[in-house]
Amino acid sequence: MNEHRRLFLKGTLAIGALSVAAGAGLLTPGDVLAAWPEAAFKAKTVDDALKGLMGGAAFESSDAINVKAPDIAENGAVVPITVSSSLKDVTNIAILASANPSPLTSAYELGKGTHAYISTRIKMGKTGDVIAIVKSGGKVYGAKKQVKVTIGGCGG
Amino acid sequence: MAKSTIKIRAREKDGVVTVKCLISHPMETGSRKDKKTGKLIPAHYITEVTAESNGEKKLTAYWGGGISKNPYLSFKYDGKKGDKVKLSWVDNQGQSDSLETTVK
Repeated sequence: MNEHRRLFLKGTLAIGALSVAAGAGLLTPGDVLAAWPEAAFKAKTVDDALKGLMGGAAFESSDAINVKAPDIAENGAVVPITVSSSLKDVTNIAILASANPSPLTSAYELGKGTHAYISTRIKMGKTGDVIAIVKSGGKVYGAKKQVKVTIGGCGG
Repeated sequence: MAKSTIKIRAREKDGVVTVKCLISHPMETGSRKDKKTGKLIPAHYITEVTAESNGEKKLTAYWGGGISKNPYLSFKYDGKKGDKVKLSWVDNQGQSDSLETTVK
């Protein structure tokens, strides 16, 4: 009897969460948010985030990608990251922080004439790798750089 | 007119336009606790930023809670002086803003 009750609660909770998500979707301009890769952003591991983003977790390490990040970040709430690449026909760039509760920080779609260059500031919960993923000519390349964090930036 | 949440600077050098922008936004992940009440602060972050130049899409950025508060974004594209650069953002609570500037 008790077990049934538990199952029932679980079921209603799941439905509740779904309708909240749908409600949020309705409030925002639909066509804009539709493309936001929710599964990738909610993923808890780097592999899952990459699967959610591109359908596969595999990438080829490349020296043509340059990840500029501090060796030691004193404040994990603001870590400046610059990703640039000499690869041609770059269509997508993604920046992940491997040790974060949700590793995917951001994903970019590059338009015509846009250089393979992105500079931004991310949060890092603790010491980990910053992974830059670059999609060029349909192939996926990646590069890593370790950043040591002394104070976490994810509210820990 | 309310003050825009966006600051953009766009400069051209040797046929390459460098766009730098700052957005004022709290970027709450939704997993941080209010120290006084112990309750979770609801998630509030920008999910999408788009940049257009003369009506042509140059960059679409999908962001999560892992981007710092008051986000900074910089990118480059092939362009010229006098180009119009328009930046807009949308967050997970349905708020949005946009601003257009001219490349110097």
